[in-house]
Amino acid sequence: MAFARRQQSVIPGFGITLGFTVFYLGFLLLIPIAGLLLYTAQMSWDDFWRAVSNRQVVASYKLSFGASFIAALINLVFGAIVAWVLVRYQFTGKRIVDALVDLPFAMPTAVAGIALVTLYAPTGWIGQYLDVFGIRIAYTQLGVVVALTYIGLPFVVRTVQPVLEDLDKEVEEASAIMGANRLTTIRRVILPALLPALLTGFALAFARAVGEYGSVIFISGNLPFRTEITPLLIVAKAEQYDYPGAAAIGTVMLLTAFVLLLIINGLQWWTSRRYR
Amino acid sequence: MSIEIENVNKRFGDFVAVDNVSLSLPDGQLTALLGPSGSGKTTLLRIIAGLENPDSGRIRFHGEDTTDVHVSDRGVGFVFQHYALFKHMSVFDNVAYGLTVKPRRIRPDKAEIKRRVMKLLELVQLDWTAHRLPSQLSGGQRQRIALARALAVEPKVLLLDEPFGALDAKVRAELRRWLRRLHDEIHVTSVFVTHDQEEALEVSDRVVVMNHGKVEQEGTPEEVYDHPANPFVYKFLGNVNLFHARVENGHARIGDLTLPAPEHGDARSGKGYAYVRPHEIEILAEQDASGALPATIELVSIVGPSVRLELRIENGDDLVHAELPKARFRELGLAQGGQTWIKPLTSRVFLDGETLPSAGV
Repeated sequence: MAFARRQQSVIPGFGITLGFTVFYLGFLLLIPIAGLLLYTAQMSWDDFWRAVSNRQVVASYKLSFGASFIAALINLVFGAIVAWVLVRYQFTGKRIVDALVDLPFAMPTAVAGIALVTLYAPTGWIGQYLDVFGIRIAYTQLGVVVALTYIGLPFVVRTVQPVLEDLDKEVEEASAIMGANRLTTIRRVILPALLPALLTGFALAFARAVGEYGSVIFISGNLPFRTEITPLLIVAKAEQYDYPGAAAIGTVMLLTAFVLLLIINGLQWWTSRRYR
Repeated sequence: MSIEIENVNKRFGDFVAVDNVSLSLPDGQLTALLGPSGSGKTTLLRIIAGLENPDSGRIRFHGEDTTDVHVSDRGVGFVFQHYALFKHMSVFDNVAYGLTVKPRRIRPDKAEIKRRVMKLLELVQLDWTAHRLPSQLSGGQRQRIALARALAVEPKVLLLDEPFGALDAKVRAELRRWLRRLHDEIHVTSVFVTHDQEEALEVSDRVVVMNHGKVEQEGTPEEVYDHPANPFVYKFLGNVNLFHARVENGHARIGDLTLPAPEHGDARSGKGYAYVRPHEIEILAEQDASGALPATIELVSIVGPSVRLELRIENGDDLVHAELPKARFRELGLAQGGQTWIKPLTSRVFLDGETLPSAGV
């Protein structure tokens, strides 16, 4: 019989699901990226270099990647604490806090951006008090970090939470019984177990922050060389019908993000292999 | 180092986990806390370890009050049912953990740590696994590593929470004999929790039988098995048959059969139960003068060298379980569905409603 030759799997549908996956990723991801690269390839090398190495653009790379990195670091620390609280303690309103974590996913980023400006402007609810101490958030690089921290909040929480739930309490008890104090237990037992999840959360928060546009442009004030993020420059170029210039900067962002994610993934692979 | 437990109580909400337990566990002995799930045995062990705080009562190690000593300063070794090994550390690092977390001024140097860890790994016969990760070991090996890790800090007492509970039957039997031999070598005061009566009887010097947060009986395995203090202990330590009986003048009457019950010799008359273990029931091919009970053989199952019978006595509601050697079974020429006579050789009679731990013994 013809169909008897094929080995039957307990989990059928490999062919169709793989086909769908390839089509889906290709349609949504690879074709647009290829389009971007093709568009860039039409430029001469000199034009390309001029577009991407412009001083204003270079300043925006520094801000975009730097602020994203700092924001992801902040989220790494505080996201881990939020996840810890949500997993380890029972308190009233826990479900509400749990739901709030996802809010940055759900809220339109422009709304978030306007809300942040209203709060942090020198006359805003929070800004007026910070102004007393000479701390400016709106229209500064600090404001960019605040906005990027806001949108990256859910990632670390949501990646660490399930791993922490799986982490056996007995392992901590074993450590304590052998004489380790709490700090040693966290450093030598809990953190190594959470490291792969922390790295994943960090990578996701970072990647999201690099591409963020809506929530940043209101609070940053978009001052050239100081608070301009790269996505803003891309939009600006596109609005001036300089599509090749926009595509060139986009390509640089894409490649840089790709390399950074590759490094983080490598780190993650290395730590999870050690953890296995 | 002996362990004294004084009037310890522990509740979780409405649930009374440990109900006013007082125990004294002698120095250098291996004690089993035996009981069904929910009997409070694990909670009691965790209280001794310092992982739980008792609501009231004291714990003393060798006369020294440790009730309020923090778990990390108490100097106990603890082995968990599911090993609780550190998955990201090698076997060596797992065992060395307790030594490496010591404050710097009392921490042994690297060479000394290495020497002690390797010695422990040899003790548990797993020195060749030092550089592996726990996930590369079998369950039995992991539990031996967990034991070596617990011993590394030279604990005053060693506590084991269902140490063989997660292992399959064969490994379990091997490991418990191995634990017994190990204990004979190192003589550290040890307490282990189990719900398996065979394990408790085989391994321990003393057995503490617990139920509903209370101690039902304590003693050597032999004492507890041969002289159960009450029906609960009787039932929990192996299979038992229960015969309805009338108790009067130091005798228990089951149908035409009369069994001696000297502990109830005070002329009280009333309903009672005679407890008889399956191997204490004699099977007869014919009726004898003393008045054996007629029974029908409902099921014969041959388990290795012995034969288990399920019998129904006339007018009896419950099945009677009996066990006899295969040779004896052949000799009697019994078969499923056949007729036979049974007679309890020894029995223990409890009056109706008698559950006081003070009864008998």
